[in-house]
Amino acid sequence: MKQVQLAIIGGGPAGLAAAIAARENGVEDILIIERDKELGGILNQCIHAGFGLHTFGQELTGPEYASRFIEQVEQMHIPYLLRTMVLDLSPERVLTVTGPETGLAQIRAQAVILAMGCRERPRGALNIPGYRPAGIYSAGTAQRLVNMEGFMPGKNVVILGSGDIGLIMARRMTLEGARVHAVAEVLPYSGGLKRNIVQCLEDFDIPLYLSTTVVDIHGRERLEGVTLAQVDEKRKPIPGTERYIPCDTLLLSVGLLPENELSSAAGVKLSGITGGPEVTDRLATSLPGVFACGNVLHVHDLVDFVSQEAKKAGRNAALYLKCSRNSAELVRLEGKNGVRYTVPQYIDPESMDDTVTVRFRVGQPYRDAALCAWVDGTLLRRISKRILTPGEMEQFPLRREELPAGCRNITFTVEEVAK
Amino acid sequence: MIYDAIVIGGGAVGCAAARELSRYDLRIALCEKGEDVCVGTSKANSAIVHAGFDAMPGTNKARFNVLGSRMMEKLSRELDFSYRRNGALVLCFDEKAMPILEELLRRGIANGVEGLRIVAGEELHRLEPALSPAAVAALYAPTSAIVCPFGMTIALAENAAANGAEFFFYSRVTAICRRDGLYEVTAGGRVLKARTVVNAAGVYSDEIHNLVCGDKLTIQPRSGEYCLLDKRDGQLVDRTIFQLPGKLGKGVLVTPTVHGNLLIGPTATDQADKEATNTTAEGLDYAAKMAGLSVPDLPMRDTITSFCGVRAHLVGGSDDFVVGESADGFFDAAGIESPGLSSAPAIGVYLAELIAGKLGAAEKKDFAATRRDIPHLRELPLEERQALVRENPAYGNIICRCEQISEGEIVDAIHRVPGAKSLDGVKRRVRAGMGRCQGGFCSPRVMDILSRELNRPQTELTKSGGESKLLTGYTKEVQA
Repeated sequence: MKQVQLAIIGGGPAGLAAAIAARENGVEDILIIERDKELGGILNQCIHAGFGLHTFGQELTGPEYASRFIEQVEQMHIPYLLRTMVLDLSPERVLTVTGPETGLAQIRAQAVILAMGCRERPRGALNIPGYRPAGIYSAGTAQRLVNMEGFMPGKNVVILGSGDIGLIMARRMTLEGARVHAVAEVLPYSGGLKRNIVQCLEDFDIPLYLSTTVVDIHGRERLEGVTLAQVDEKRKPIPGTERYIPCDTLLLSVGLLPENELSSAAGVKLSGITGGPEVTDRLATSLPGVFACGNVLHVHDLVDFVSQEAKKAGRNAALYLKCSRNSAELVRLEGKNGVRYTVPQYIDPESMDDTVTVRFRVGQPYRDAALCAWVDGTLLRRISKRILTPGEMEQFPLRREELPAGCRNITFTVEEVAK
Repeated sequence: MIYDAIVIGGGAVGCAAARELSRYDLRIALCEKGEDVCVGTSKANSAIVHAGFDAMPGTNKARFNVLGSRMMEKLSRELDFSYRRNGALVLCFDEKAMPILEELLRRGIANGVEGLRIVAGEELHRLEPALSPAAVAALYAPTSAIVCPFGMTIALAENAAANGAEFFFYSRVTAICRRDGLYEVTAGGRVLKARTVVNAAGVYSDEIHNLVCGDKLTIQPRSGEYCLLDKRDGQLVDRTIFQLPGKLGKGVLVTPTVHGNLLIGPTATDQADKEATNTTAEGLDYAAKMAGLSVPDLPMRDTITSFCGVRAHLVGGSDDFVVGESADGFFDAAGIESPGLSSAPAIGVYLAELIAGKLGAAEKKDFAATRRDIPHLRELPLEERQALVRENPAYGNIICRCEQISEGEIVDAIHRVPGAKSLDGVKRRVRAGMGRCQGGFCSPRVMDILSRELNRPQTELTKSGGESKLLTGYTKEVQA
């Protein structure tokens, strides 16, 4: 059986940054395993600009952002496999892979970084009633068809869900000559970035209907139209608010799910909230020698944060390979009162970096609120925020020096500021 | 050219009839209005091989169901489709309803169903720990089974084709005339002549029957909605869980599928339209609510897709299948609602014997009774899988990540006879797009392979034939 020191599953932004950091920290024997025909992951279909502001101080397109990392991987001669799918990961870190170079083979890794990214929720997950004609695509699938394959999935488009990919595709389809009739969002607020609402919808006069969903799908062969209806606060359609919009295409941008089939097959403990592995401040999962970063861990808003997180995973995998230490007493991090979850879920106050950035999302929009960290029930620190929205990832830097010895539990909350 | 038999309808019954007819020295044609076999009632149902205790003794439903149930295991081995005898429980929630359960038991015994018994209390809940505590007893039918309805229908069709049956798609039958002792069947613009005709037209079997016969049939299309849950829930129950049957059918069931998902449904709603395969919010809610009575706390948020099938319920008469020679040389398999899938193989044998007898046909010496399915690589042990990949590297190129379906399997599906021509055709044959992402990942990749293998531009590819085009054109096209 082929052996490697570090196997990285996924050659997207997370896998690439993790590989580079691992090599920078002395890991010689790395293998990136990518299922597509080139490195870069989903960035390759994101041809719009807006990537890399935090990392490079520049607005890059997705492929440009990816190429900065791919070039480094090439310069460092980090080996990678393309068109190669990992079929299974065992708790002993044996990967079953299949691809043109390997055939169907097994590889034993001393350490593994999970960087498989996420996938889109399909129509079925929403149980939208109606017919099941052609012309219904998840927004990311449509993005691939348009941007990578050069096809138009349709000309008259309705988009359900105001996630970022849906917003980006509203603009993209418009620029490609399609008419985008509406973006419907079941929640009373958008799940996407503010800048995308402005640049992708408002600038093109595409209406965004909040508290609205698709209640019927018409057309037996090709989509002919959708019925939209307003929903009440329990997200139930309000009778009498239905309206029919003729269209040949419905794009769904209704959420992303970390892709953790391999993780769960291996027995990695997953969070019920993020859908990704529970990790420590070193991005170590519950399985020794297995690390996770990027959207497989939790869905990020900006790729820059994926790269940051992945570098940390690469560094810590390198550290693990040098000296695998026994894990000490871990302190549990929890989100409460508006903070949906935290990543990491655990920290080790003994060995943690001077500052650990705790990332999370809030459950609803807030104005003039504060993010608070509580150690065993006592307020540690608060950070005032003018606006908090579920579409954007929040972060809270936790400093090692400010944690009292023997602390057991750190809770993050949103506190609304009384006017 | 004169056919000995024209089968109208490429569902489970039509394909079974064609396959059984192909045992004999006969020229056979099958006319299907859709683009592929298994595109009507056969593709959207409970996927159960019923044990046969529901139907009244002496009916066609009882007879063909029990015969079909007995044939199915051997057939699944001969034709290599997925089948598992998982047993079924019909739940009773009320001591007062016990007489109905006992009546069902007596009926089953009269129909010749083996192994039936009533289980109660602790034993019942030991068999299926996820059942509602409200279930007091159940009829246990160990011979009940689950099957892949696509796998079965396509296997029958391929085997029929391998034994010489010809398949005509996009061939809706619009007229049947009797001339010079022959039937002239107008199908999809052409006229085919035949000595005998088999009507296996599903929800349209009344219309086909009425083209020929004086006594008219009327089908009341009855739709049934289902939810399919993720494979992570496929172990929730091992057996198929029914409730005591009601007027409109066998009620809502909860069952594992042969592929390891969990299926709940169907509803039963009479429709004016034979193609009313649309799901409704009320229907899906009702299915979930009723299924929840059998198995509480069903993880409905794990639903990966919902669908709706329309079954052919005959109005009036005896509430039974119409199977047999309804006019000279015209054979009906009409009003085949549940337990149609279970009965299909036996109906096929029965009709083929009648027709062979009528035409004085002998069995072919070179009939190929077996057919191999496209290899299911995911289910093979590593070494066997490795050997296949070495032989054909396309088996190592994974296209559908959820179900782990390779390029090689998809190419096989396209080149089978009859082969896949659309995204759904591929999906029914090899399950690409059938998993939890429902084709989000693999659709563009499968389209690429379809285009290459069929030598057709992607812009002409369809989801399911007809006007179901997947794309409207290329980017940067100048609008005409």
